Amino acid sequence: MNTTKETKSKSAENMKFPYYPGCTLKTTAKNFETSAIATARALGVELLEIPRWNCCGTVFSLAQDDLIHHVASVRNFIRVQEMNDYGLVKNENRLVTLCSMCFNTLKSTNRRMKDNAEDLKKINDLMYREEDYKGSVEVLHFLELLKSLGYDKIRDKVTKPLKDLKIAPYYGCMILRPKEIAIDDPEDPTIQKDLLEALGVSVIDTPYKKVCCGSYQTVKDKYIVAELAYDILSHARKKGAEALTTVCPLCAFNLDQRQQAVKEKHPDFEEMPVFYITQLMTIAFGLNKEVYGFEQNYVDPKPLLKSKSLIED
Amino acid sequence: MKIGVYVCHCGGNISEVVDIKQLTSFAEKQSDVAIVRDNAHMCSDVGRNLVLEDIKKHNLDRIVVAACSPQFHGKTFMDIVKKAGLSPYLFEMANIREQCSWPHFDEPELATRKAKDLVNVGIAKVKLDESLERKSMPIGKRVLVVGAGIAGIQAALDLGDAGFEVFLVEKKPTIGGKMAQLSRTFPTEDCAACILSPKMADVPSNPNITLFTNSEVEKVSGFIGNFEVTINKKPRYVNDNCVSCGICEEKCPVKLPNEFEQGLTTRRAIYVPFEFAVPYKYVIDEPNCIYFQKGKCGNCKKVCPHDAVDFEQKPEKIEIKVDTIIVASGYDIFDASEKKVYGFGTNENVITSLEMERMIVHEAEGRPTRKIGNRIAFIQCVGSRDEQIGNEYCSRICCMYATKLSQLLKRTDPKRDVYVFYTDLRAYGKGFEEYYKRAARTGVKFIRGRVAELIEDPETKKVTVKVEDTLARQIIESEFDLVVLSVGMQPGEGTGKIAEVLRMTRSPGGFLQEAHPKFKPVDTLNDGVFICGCAQGPKDIPDTVAQASAAAARAIRLMNKGEYEVEPITAVVDEDLCSGCATCVSVCPYDAVKTEVKDDKRVAKVNEFLCQGCGSCSAACPSGASQQHWFMSSQLKAMVGAALGEEEE
Repeated sequence: MNTTKETKSKSAENMKFPYYPGCTLKTTAKNFETSAIATARALGVELLEIPRWNCCGTVFSLAQDDLIHHVASVRNFIRVQEMNDYGLVKNENRLVTLCSMCFNTLKSTNRRMKDNAEDLKKINDLMYREEDYKGSVEVLHFLELLKSLGYDKIRDKVTKPLKDLKIAPYYGCMILRPKEIAIDDPEDPTIQKDLLEALGVSVIDTPYKKVCCGSYQTVKDKYIVAELAYDILSHARKKGAEALTTVCPLCAFNLDQRQQAVKEKHPDFEEMPVFYITQLMTIAFGLNKEVYGFEQNYVDPKPLLKSKSLIED
Repeated sequence: MKIGVYVCHCGGNISEVVDIKQLTSFAEKQSDVAIVRDNAHMCSDVGRNLVLEDIKKHNLDRIVVAACSPQFHGKTFMDIVKKAGLSPYLFEMANIREQCSWPHFDEPELATRKAKDLVNVGIAKVKLDESLERKSMPIGKRVLVVGAGIAGIQAALDLGDAGFEVFLVEKKPTIGGKMAQLSRTFPTEDCAACILSPKMADVPSNPNITLFTNSEVEKVSGFIGNFEVTINKKPRYVNDNCVSCGICEEKCPVKLPNEFEQGLTTRRAIYVPFEFAVPYKYVIDEPNCIYFQKGKCGNCKKVCPHDAVDFEQKPEKIEIKVDTIIVASGYDIFDASEKKVYGFGTNENVITSLEMERMIVHEAEGRPTRKIGNRIAFIQCVGSRDEQIGNEYCSRICCMYATKLSQLLKRTDPKRDVYVFYTDLRAYGKGFEEYYKRAARTGVKFIRGRVAELIEDPETKKVTVKVEDTLARQIIESEFDLVVLSVGMQPGEGTGKIAEVLRMTRSPGGFLQEAHPKFKPVDTLNDGVFICGCAQGPKDIPDTVAQASAAAARAIRLMNKGEYEVEPITAVVDEDLCSGCATCVSVCPYDAVKTEVKDDKRVAKVNEFLCQGCGSCSAACPSGASQQHWFMSSQLKAMVGAALGEEEE
């Protein structure tokens, strides 16, 4: 962690953080990236995309002898070192991620590299043309960055409080498990709730907030996911929620796009919008509607927002 | 000097690794060694008699036994040496089992070499041993018992019946402890209150027991035979005039959750804890009383026909002297809200097993407190055997109390569906397995699997349990009216406090540490202090009662003779060398060293009865003036020399 003194001296201009997007943030979850970068900027934080980034490795390999799988993550960490060397960021080793899956893979790999000098040496030797990774990077999820800025600062930025909006935060697993890399209490997370409350939202707590969304089963059999999504969404509805928030592109896909499949199986199912939490922030901060990114949401959230007079058309 | 060396085979435990022949012939070559023998079991009658006869026949004056740990059989051999007429401290034990043959079982040659070194070390030390004698000290018949749950009550009654003077201290306004809250006891299903209340009533009627309720042990100083205890007696604000008519209670405007009933009913700020409380007298809950908080009200005082309410009572400090202490400070149930995945406190129909105990009592008495419903699930190991929350141990009672509660639920209404989700079903005690089988026959469904998730229906408030049945290998999702968390035990707050006051050692789970797990299960490392019940570790009622009687018997064993022997392994100060710097005073954990002026010079003085022979002062002394009997610097130096294979000087 940087000292508070350093953080303060930077606050005059925008604080610059190395930012790792990952594949979905440039495709199906483009709206997550757009809204996150815009909200960060509103809070005086510049998310600087790391140059020549590559795939995070997708899933953290648990096999002891599958070192090659971690090369991709480590290569991204070397890019962060270079950003510091070339002065793109000033002494900032905190790498910010948006996608939960990327966060999990990068942070798990980083942990293994820091705990295991022998593994790190093997990977550094393999990439002999690159400079060595020195283990200095710290992987941070965007939610953690927001928390470190302080919810009071966020509350100050709110120009349009999201009053009357009843939202159930959904966490999924990748930012919570295993507990060694979790950004919050894995059994009872509150990090989204705290943020949403700063935006003025009435938060609905549901026991399904950390129940599996079905993950990659969505590729094999969409109806497996549809059943899980049905449970998660209809329970939230029963508890009075009008929409869900998430920070994971895969969870978002399974809970939002798969509502089509849910309707096939449960014709009387009532659709429910699923937001990236940053989309709600853009509205609360009164940012330009170009950055809302609702065109990528499967269930259109505009009618709900209009009914609460939070957007105009 | 004639030294006898005895090598034990330990029935193969040692001889299968260490080459006994090599070891004995090595010992024979050492100077001053007169006799070397080996035997299959030195601790047996045959082995002991070998030593006894050799001492007499060959006039041996020093003995070394190479066998197990001195913790294990040191006393056995010291007694034999003493019986032969020598000082029991002219004896050494070389531990060639725990410190040699067991850890080095795969390296017999090196183990044999190490055994030789250990024997050599023993010989080097024994040569410099002094002839020490145990001193006798008078001891009285007064006992402090801390905590008046079933453990403390049993110990106090045993001691009182045997004619010893007991001071029983309980922090709550009544005695009885957790057992008083239980419905019935497993596996016999005796009504807990019915078997406990006569014992509770025996306490005040026993002429040898002085009872302090609403009181805590604040300070203990001194030592065995001479403990000075300060008891802090909190005011009841109700004096002895009280006849428990209950008029005050009717006029008290405050309503609070009743802790005895686990909050299922309410009580007033002036109250009697429960129907069979002892003493059966009213007490005022000061932090919740309007008079004490706002200076108004005083209804109870106004209406009391016997002038029993006394707001002027003050806390009292009571000083007593006792000879021994028994700690029976009990346990707390695990705080189920710490195990967040079960949503205790959030989900309306998720309760603890102790709440269920009270609900069953009320149901049986025909005044149910809340609806139990038809489908009930028990979740086992809540707060036990769970590394996620940091409790590795098994609480030992939960399997059987869940079985019991499920039986009682079925008995009131056989149509009820009762499920028990367990990790392992541990029916280890007498009659337990039979009881569990009977429960299974009456239709209680025991399913092996740790519950993963509880989902509360927002409308009906029923709870869906998600669990893997690990025997049938299938996922179960089932809805219940009530989910009961079988909470485990953890060391009580009181146990932590008394451990601090008495400077007691605690085991990894936080419970109090016994002196030896097998042979001294109720003794502690503090002389004259005993432990029993759940303060020592989780256990059921029969084990608690047995342990309480054991602690009483151990205390009686010390006090009954009227005198007891003090270990002579204490610190001793060479007054010529001592400069009176008092470093030893500051490091002594037992307050056993003081300085005094002698011949115009300040010197340290050791109280032999307080000194436990820990050696801290000897290690800290800058001038080498503080030494320890049986572990003198010269001896330690000789031992190190022998271990390093140096020639003796």
